[in-house]
Amino acid sequence: MVETSDIRVVRCGGSKVNLTPPIISSDSRFVLCTSGDLVKVYSTRTEEWLHSLQGHTNQVTGITLNPANHLQVYSCSVDGTVKLWDFIDGILIKTFVIGCPLFAIYVSEKHTGVLFLHVSMATDSKNECFQLVSVHLPKSAEQEVEAKEMSAVSSHISKNPSCTAFGRGSVSETCMSMVIFISFFSLCSFSLKATDKKGAKNAFTCIACHPTDDCIATGHEDGKIRLWRNFIHKKEYTYSTQHWHHNAVNTLCFTPEGTHLLSGGIESVLVQWQYGADNRKEFLPRLGGSILHISASSDGQLFCTSHSDNKITVIESSFKVCGVIQGLVKGDAVLTDLMIDPRSKALVLNGKPGHLQFYSLLRDKHLYNLDIVQQEYIYEAGLDQFEVVKAAFDIKGSWLATVEERGKKSSDLEFFLKLWAFDERTQSFVLNTTITAAHTDRIISMCFSSSEETTMLVTAAEDSQFKAWCQGADADTQQDQNFWSCDFVGSYHKLNPTNCSFSADSSLLAVSFQEVITIWSPDTWEMLTTLCQPPGVIRDLCFGRLSCSKYLLGTTTKNLLCCWNLLTCELEWSTSVDVSKLQPDPFSENVAAFSYQSKHTDLFVFKPSEPRPLFTNKNVCSEKVHRAVFVPREEPLNSCDESTQWLNRSQLYFLTQNMDLLTFSTATEEDRMLSSSKQLVIDDSVAVTPFYLLLGKHRQQQQKLNTQSHPVSDKPQQTQGSVTIKELLHTPAHVLPAASVLCSMFVNSFLISNTGETLQEEMDSEKEEEDSEEEMEACDSQQELRAQGSVDEVTPKLSKAQERELKRVRKTDFSWMAGLIDSKP
Amino acid sequence: MGEFKVHRVRFFDYMPSGIRALAFNRDIERIAVARMDGSVEVFHCSDRFFQEKIIPGREQCGIEGLSWVGERLFSAGLNGGITEYDLTNQKVKYTVDAYGGPIWTIAGNQQGTHLAVGCEDGTVKLFEVNEDKIQFERNLDRQKSRIISLSWHPSGSKIAAGMMDMIQIFNVETGHSVHRLLADRGVGTSRSKECVVWSVVYLSDGTIISGDSVGMVKLWDDQTGTLIKSHNVTKCDVLALSVSQNEDSLVAGTSEGTVVQFQFISMVLGKDDKEWVRTRTFKNHTHDIRAVAEITTAVVSGGMDAQLVVRPLLDKVEVRSAASALRKIHFPHRRLVSCARKSGLMLFQYPGHLELWRLGESEGKGMPGSSLFVKRNPEKLLHLKVKGEDHIRCSAVSPCGEWIVYSTASSLRLYRLHCDNNNVSITKISKLPMVLSSANQLCFSSDSSHLFSASTQSSVHLVSLSQSGCKFVGTLKPKSGERTIGFGVLHIIEDGKWLASANSDHEVHIYNLQTRKAHCTVPVYSSAVTAMGIHPTTNCLFMMYADQQMCEYSIEQKQYTDWSRMVQRKGLHRFWMERDTPCLNVMFNPQHPSHVILHDTYMLCIIDQSLPLPDDKTQFYNQLTLKSLPEEQRKSHSHAFKVCKTFKDILCVELMSDQSLVVVERPLEDVASQLPAPIKQKKFAT
Repeated sequence: MVETSDIRVVRCGGSKVNLTPPIISSDSRFVLCTSGDLVKVYSTRTEEWLHSLQGHTNQVTGITLNPANHLQVYSCSVDGTVKLWDFIDGILIKTFVIGCPLFAIYVSEKHTGVLFLHVSMATDSKNECFQLVSVHLPKSAEQEVEAKEMSAVSSHISKNPSCTAFGRGSVSETCMSMVIFISFFSLCSFSLKATDKKGAKNAFTCIACHPTDDCIATGHEDGKIRLWRNFIHKKEYTYSTQHWHHNAVNTLCFTPEGTHLLSGGIESVLVQWQYGADNRKEFLPRLGGSILHISASSDGQLFCTSHSDNKITVIESSFKVCGVIQGLVKGDAVLTDLMIDPRSKALVLNGKPGHLQFYSLLRDKHLYNLDIVQQEYIYEAGLDQFEVVKAAFDIKGSWLATVEERGKKSSDLEFFLKLWAFDERTQSFVLNTTITAAHTDRIISMCFSSSEETTMLVTAAEDSQFKAWCQGADADTQQDQNFWSCDFVGSYHKLNPTNCSFSADSSLLAVSFQEVITIWSPDTWEMLTTLCQPPGVIRDLCFGRLSCSKYLLGTTTKNLLCCWNLLTCELEWSTSVDVSKLQPDPFSENVAAFSYQSKHTDLFVFKPSEPRPLFTNKNVCSEKVHRAVFVPREEPLNSCDESTQWLNRSQLYFLTQNMDLLTFSTATEEDRMLSSSKQLVIDDSVAVTPFYLLLGKHRQQQQKLNTQSHPVSDKPQQTQGSVTIKELLHTPAHVLPAASVLCSMFVNSFLISNTGETLQEEMDSEKEEEDSEEEMEACDSQQELRAQGSVDEVTPKLSKAQERELKRVRKTDFSWMAGLIDSKP
Repeated sequence: MGEFKVHRVRFFDYMPSGIRALAFNRDIERIAVARMDGSVEVFHCSDRFFQEKIIPGREQCGIEGLSWVGERLFSAGLNGGITEYDLTNQKVKYTVDAYGGPIWTIAGNQQGTHLAVGCEDGTVKLFEVNEDKIQFERNLDRQKSRIISLSWHPSGSKIAAGMMDMIQIFNVETGHSVHRLLADRGVGTSRSKECVVWSVVYLSDGTIISGDSVGMVKLWDDQTGTLIKSHNVTKCDVLALSVSQNEDSLVAGTSEGTVVQFQFISMVLGKDDKEWVRTRTFKNHTHDIRAVAEITTAVVSGGMDAQLVVRPLLDKVEVRSAASALRKIHFPHRRLVSCARKSGLMLFQYPGHLELWRLGESEGKGMPGSSLFVKRNPEKLLHLKVKGEDHIRCSAVSPCGEWIVYSTASSLRLYRLHCDNNNVSITKISKLPMVLSSANQLCFSSDSSHLFSASTQSSVHLVSLSQSGCKFVGTLKPKSGERTIGFGVLHIIEDGKWLASANSDHEVHIYNLQTRKAHCTVPVYSSAVTAMGIHPTTNCLFMMYADQQMCEYSIEQKQYTDWSRMVQRKGLHRFWMERDTPCLNVMFNPQHPSHVILHDTYMLCIIDQSLPLPDDKTQFYNQLTLKSLPEEQRKSHSHAFKVCKTFKDILCVELMSDQSLVVVERPLEDVASQLPAPIKQKKFAT
């Protein structure tokens, strides 16, 4: 039977980077943020994604720097573990198994070896009731430790991590939490009525502690910030109020010196309040989405804000934006389908209002936004604005069709159909044709023909028509520009079409009209046949690919998945399953179907020709799935396992109703990524650039090879040489001796000190190096090498003859292996 | 609850005067308020801020400062005089001219030996406070500009004086200036304007705190004369400062109408180094705050919008109760309206004149709650201006509508009103008995044959009225014969047999009018009597107190009635106790002897003594619930208190002899609309 343990649902790529406050390393060089199951490390200077800390098996919910070692970071996850990482090298140091889902993590400088974690209350996990517990970390050398020493600190706290903050804490081991009340370790609490007589909304939204004074800042729903003081006295606590935000204050942060307080809210304006001088404030406006979190580096030089449009902004202390880390923008809903740009292989969906965003899932990077609407967006609640609702690419990626509409609620619907041509010169899409009244009613479905020669667009609309659009050379237009015009209008019994789809070779067009599927020939525009399988309106429609292209698949609202054979025009098979999304893989015969049943979604992957599904995964997620896409892999996997074979050429991404982008990963893939991530070692003294990384990768692999093959001989040589070079380069020129003296020294430094090895060995090793450089890409050869190295290490005391024998064997062996690997695809 | 025809009167254009100065006396827990029109009022802080005394002002007497010395109250004003008040008789005792031009400020030292006044000519004058008078002692070094504000060091050895652009510190012994602290002017266009130091406070640790017209609250060190810290509180002026007794809290009133609190707090818990930190902001005023007082448990503020706001500091209050709630005092706690019950006339008392109105008439009957068609509009019959500069202290119209009487601090005038059809004329009664030189409280008997005048000599004078004139009949004195009546509430029963009077010592005396002797004294209660009435048939005296308690005292049996004892035993409902204005009138409905009609500023209440009392669990405002219930169940759900909140901002309610109610309202919106425009402030989204 199918083994599901190999394949699991992961959040990799396109995940939220704004879930938790980002943290800045103490030297202000790295920004760390949680992103799905990973912790990502970015450079603050280049905004480049350096590497990620991979190891958690579920959503990472919190990260915090280790107060004892500023090069280490703790992360906690819903999978119930806390992991300690070396975030510069990306090495997992320790894993603490807590055993229950964790939702936030805090550390206090006063309490070494203690972590504070948010866990959900055991009694009712449904009600979002959380408690703060402290966990003593056991001291042990093992990699994986179980931490069982837990004690509850306070209960009934808010889920939001900005509702808990740790302060200086001399008397009070200040931890506090609140929705309505704030409590201390030492029973001190104060509260505000959630609403007073005037209907003011006083509920707490966030909290921050002053680093040196005993002062707590709280943000409120009505936009006020209160600074509380004197709070250990039961009654004589006092507060001052500051008001600038017009809506809820989302986050508060004191600068490390405590001279300023930073606040942010929905206005997307970062406000800096001077502590002590109450009404002196500075603003940094127009930051994009509303501010969700603010964090400051420990030297106060950098601030980080994370925004609701999945973005992290790096801000200098002089209040200048110096970097933007943009994740996948996910609004309230994705109106367009998830698409793949055939050229850049980027995921395309609507992002910013009125824009299409191009997002590279492989590099997990936002590429660019394409402004479709080309109108000023007005930030006002309740205003009806143009939105991109449909988009489609042709098979080569040279044409893009978009539909934007407004007036969804009101009766006066306005929509435009736009066609964009890819401009090779600017490497982006340029508007070619705008069709103002393509149909008399809303466009329901849209697809390009998939043939290479002619591109044709078919739109189906609620005015019970479908239209075919062609790039026509009209006589009255200019010769060099070809605009799109209507070629054919089709309808069927005045029924409203629901879907349209081209077959893989574009020889057939299927348009579904309510319960009936009509098959048309695009060449002659005659209707070939109708297929009907009542009851139920057709919801999804797709043709099979490759060997299964004779099949047409359709799903109906009455929980039926049907498969027609187009050669016989008969129903091949049908099964009763409530399919919410049917997604064919463009690179194989496989079709993925998501079905929503009894509060969880199941996935079936099948071939239309085979009755048995290739792969089933029960309970993929608890929400309905309406959007999914197959993303081609850069390099295909060669997994032979039946259950994972369908993931060889492409990866399936799907979007849940909570706007989580999930995907499937196989065990082999993870192993590969894990091994590659460990190899990255960054030299502290050099700024991290992509170029450097490239260089560094190269050098390290070389180094590794050297050390593995000659652990004794190579190391001193390497250091010696580098010391001399360093001396040469770092000594001021005016104190350097004459160049003639230096020259000999310099050349000498390259000579290898004689440590008893024969010259022949040196030659061998050099040759080996050359060889290995040639096959750098193939990691198998490396492993081979490594295995040899270990053999060497285990038996260091071998007789000369034996050694020579071994070397001879190695040499021949190696070339043979290399040839073998080279021949591999 | 009975049904009444209600005259809803809104043509009494009473305008309370703006508050200019506040002075708090911690020992006797009284706060004195000086208003723009020169009147001085004394409120009792621990008795729900009941307005105990009102000393009416005079024309052209702008009070600028108030100061307590011991239990004596002094004021100084722009007329250049220092005035001491006789608080027992509620009048001015004497006025001493300081000969320094207009006086801007007055401050007494904590030892109670000296008064300092700051004059227009730039001198600080010291007055020695003697047993019965004050005596000029000497001038401190004369400065070039006027002295706006003064503050004594608690030891009495130094004085800080706020002036234009600077603060001067004087050594009291030598009279010389010790330090000169220069206050910065504003930036920009306001740089050319002088910075007025509106207020200074001298703390015992040598810190001087100043509030100025630039909007800064500044802290200075008096040893070095340097600025320690400055807080920008507002864009406009900081007009008033006040510090608490233990000097850990400071309040500043601004012309934006906000009160800003500063607290002396240690920045790190458990350590001693304390700092003044701005904490809370209270916004209860619409206009300039001219005076603030921090009275430890609350912040009292008053300003141009003529309301006195008591904002409790809940962290200092031991038990939260109705007594420690936020209260705003808009109207005086005594009646400014008197009604001629039989002839439908109303007399409105303004500070400088009287107005007599005839009530309108309406047609027929309507549904309960509906408004009737007005057949005849109310008309103003008389506008009577006061002779002299003094303001009216009290006034009354007789029930038959033939007599009008008013009294100022210096004189009492009695008029006879002639009303034939449309012609209204008055004749002044010229020969008044000597005893009627001035009165604290005036009242006519119900048959209009007698006038009762509570005199300053602590007794009630009885004068009989007839067509020919008036004749002094006799004086009613309490048995003890000591000094009493300061503030009197006089009430006479229908048959003219009993008279009750209450004074500011909370004593209530009952006199027999036939024998003209004191009959008995009601046991003294800790709170002041705000209203009382004698029941026409049962001869019970019904009294309302400032703390919202009520008592019924049987005059004939000289003891509390059973109902009153039951009320005391069971206690009153929480909602009743939480009302924040005192009851101002007690009336009885002759048709329902068990009904007592009461009112305060916000409601009208009828107490049905035959119904059970509500306890804390029952619904207090149950009118709507009762309406929804069927007839049979209503009985079991109803209780003694029937509250009508239809009317708001009530100045007076009176039951006329034709069973109609007169309700005199003065909507606060109307008062606010007549105030000068406040400082324009930019508000978000406007």
